[in-house]
Amino acid sequence: MTTARKRARKIVPLIAGIGATALALTGCTSGGGGGEATAPDSFSYLSFAENTSIQDTLTALSEGECSAENEALALDITTQPQASYDQQLQLLAGQNALPVLFASGNTPQVAKDLQKGGKLVDVEQALEDLDQSDAIIPAAKSTIDALYDGEQYVLPTEFNVEGIWYNKQLFADHGIEVPTTWDELVAAADTLNAAGVIPFSADGQDGWPLTRLVGNYLFRTLGPDALQRVAEGEAKLTDPEYVEAAAAVAELGDKGYFGPSVTSIDYMTAVNQFLTGQAGMFYMGSWILANFNDPEQNQIGAENIGFMPFPEVEGGEGSADQLAANVGVPLALSEASYSDDVASWLGCFAENFGSSSLANQGVITGFKVATPVEDLPPLTQEVQSQIEATTQSVLWFEALFNAKAATTSQTNASQLVTGALSPEEFMETVQADLGN
Amino acid sequence: MNRVLGDWRAVTVLLGPALLVYTLVMLVPIFWSLGYTVFEGNPIIGFTFVGWDNIAALFTDPKIGDALVFTVKYALVLTVGQVLAGYLLSLLYVFWLRKASGLIRTLVFFPVVLPTVAVALLFQALFAIAPQIGPVNALLNAVGIESIDWFASGGTAFWVIIIMDIWRSMGFYAVLLYAGLVDIPEELFESARIDGASGWRLVRHIVIPLSLPVLFSSIIFSINGTLKVFDSVLALTNGGPGNTTTPLTLYMYQTSFTYGEYGYGSSIALLLTILCLLVTLFIFRSSRRDLTKG
Repeated sequence: MTTARKRARKIVPLIAGIGATALALTGCTSGGGGGEATAPDSFSYLSFAENTSIQDTLTALSEGECSAENEALALDITTQPQASYDQQLQLLAGQNALPVLFASGNTPQVAKDLQKGGKLVDVEQALEDLDQSDAIIPAAKSTIDALYDGEQYVLPTEFNVEGIWYNKQLFADHGIEVPTTWDELVAAADTLNAAGVIPFSADGQDGWPLTRLVGNYLFRTLGPDALQRVAEGEAKLTDPEYVEAAAAVAELGDKGYFGPSVTSIDYMTAVNQFLTGQAGMFYMGSWILANFNDPEQNQIGAENIGFMPFPEVEGGEGSADQLAANVGVPLALSEASYSDDVASWLGCFAENFGSSSLANQGVITGFKVATPVEDLPPLTQEVQSQIEATTQSVLWFEALFNAKAATTSQTNASQLVTGALSPEEFMETVQADLGN
Repeated sequence: MNRVLGDWRAVTVLLGPALLVYTLVMLVPIFWSLGYTVFEGNPIIGFTFVGWDNIAALFTDPKIGDALVFTVKYALVLTVGQVLAGYLLSLLYVFWLRKASGLIRTLVFFPVVLPTVAVALLFQALFAIAPQIGPVNALLNAVGIESIDWFASGGTAFWVIIIMDIWRSMGFYAVLLYAGLVDIPEELFESARIDGASGWRLVRHIVIPLSLPVLFSSIIFSINGTLKVFDSVLALTNGGPGNTTTPLTLYMYQTSFTYGEYGYGSSIALLLTILCLLVTLFIFRSSRRDLTKG
């Protein structure tokens, strides 16, 4: 016992020493950051492993329009799975080793944090220096403004509008007019449900397609700034007018309008349900056009698919032409490696990315289409004209949330529609993680 | 030999390198993480000193309570399940199958070597309801019971995790306990049989007392392993729906790496460490007492 105590007496200061060192080290690592721009030896791009369309477009550019820039600074693509992406970005940022160009993470908050640390290129200024101020289309600019507190430090490599896609054939068979109000939408769902058709196909496993409905309902009842007010702490999700939106979506679930097992439906199953005619309506972003335009997947035919904006709610302050929009996962540029060669790459990128992506990948971006693309599928054309007609866009439910509240919202969404959580409980849980 | 080990220089040379490596890869990160508990932030936004805020938050965060309850419930239920299943299997090997148990042992052990993710995918398909009805629901339908959406509520999802983990680990515990059982001298059984003991009485008075040490090791293994469950939950339910199947480890991981709160994540890790330490101490204590009695 005495020897043990003696030994303990020797060890205690050692442990204390190590602990103190650890404290000092963790404290010290917070310093650093910034630093002078060092010319990179390649145009390195870190991508989500799951997203191949940006990689393919960049590769096409490096071999075509931007081959001169590629000669000077060769494109080098690395990928990281989406699930561990933010962690990888944190690691690289901590070591001041961010790639030249990278996907800006799973939530807008990641890019905001990087920007606060002075690690990102001011894209607006950079494009102006390159005489490319008009490269980003106004609709995309306004979406970025809304997402990133009025600053432009990301490149909109996608521009999506969201709304409800519907099966024209099923609507005609059951005498349903395209709904323009929430009540008409519910009535349409009633009719479909009574006829044995699943009214809404929804990916309950990921949850976000369900919370998108809550968000849209809020924008229609309370106006486009409904969630901005929550982010600024002026309103709470637990306020009755906010809970009403969750209750409206929960009611659809209660009536079984998302099908019998929405919790177990994953993304591709939801897409298939709609494209095989089992479901009448499908809330989704316009990135889904790639699946719609693929005849192998689309058994109901592209000509049978219509698009309607999320309908208005009677007496609400929002309107149906405020389309929900997003810029997908935009790209950001590292300030530390923004050399002249990178700048000329950016110039070429800004000029050609829009048309190349649309022509080769069928993906609509936030960049202007410099070279007109012919032979676009009619559905894509329809969406593009919707985008052009949009003057004001709204975001989505979790757009201004921190990562924690966004995760809580999405993982609890299926419980909201199955009734395991009441609308009040759901909103309380999310509000608790918002921390304001 | 004694003289060599009495020489501090020899000890330094022999132990030094190993101790250095151990310090670098184990102790430094542990204390580093401990240091994080009084900071908040991540490498992107930097760290700020917050004092005891993180520790205090442990007591007010309702998710900690949920995760703690889930972790303990999971550890208890699974430990009972897998050690009991393993014990029964080992008795089966020793007393009924005897020399023929080789093939069965291999088959039962097989899931242990399968990757967790593969097993989780298998069980997702087994208990699926969409896009296709899985075999379990098909079986229920066949006997006239409606399909159950197993992963739609924490209650049913919990049992799927338990069933999966018992299936996955019982082979390991069976082999472990089998090794303890074959160590019991054959003469003891013979004399007990001559004294008229058989069946349950043989198990109760000979097998259980004599296999108690290895049984205790299994329980310690199991409790410590199950308190730190991560991969099987992550792969099967990812903690959902909501946070109803989220253990402390998964919550710690999400907090640190998804939410970027390294400090709070480290505090949860500290809580988990204390929990494991307490449980281990408790088991050691009780096992020591029992052994002196025997």
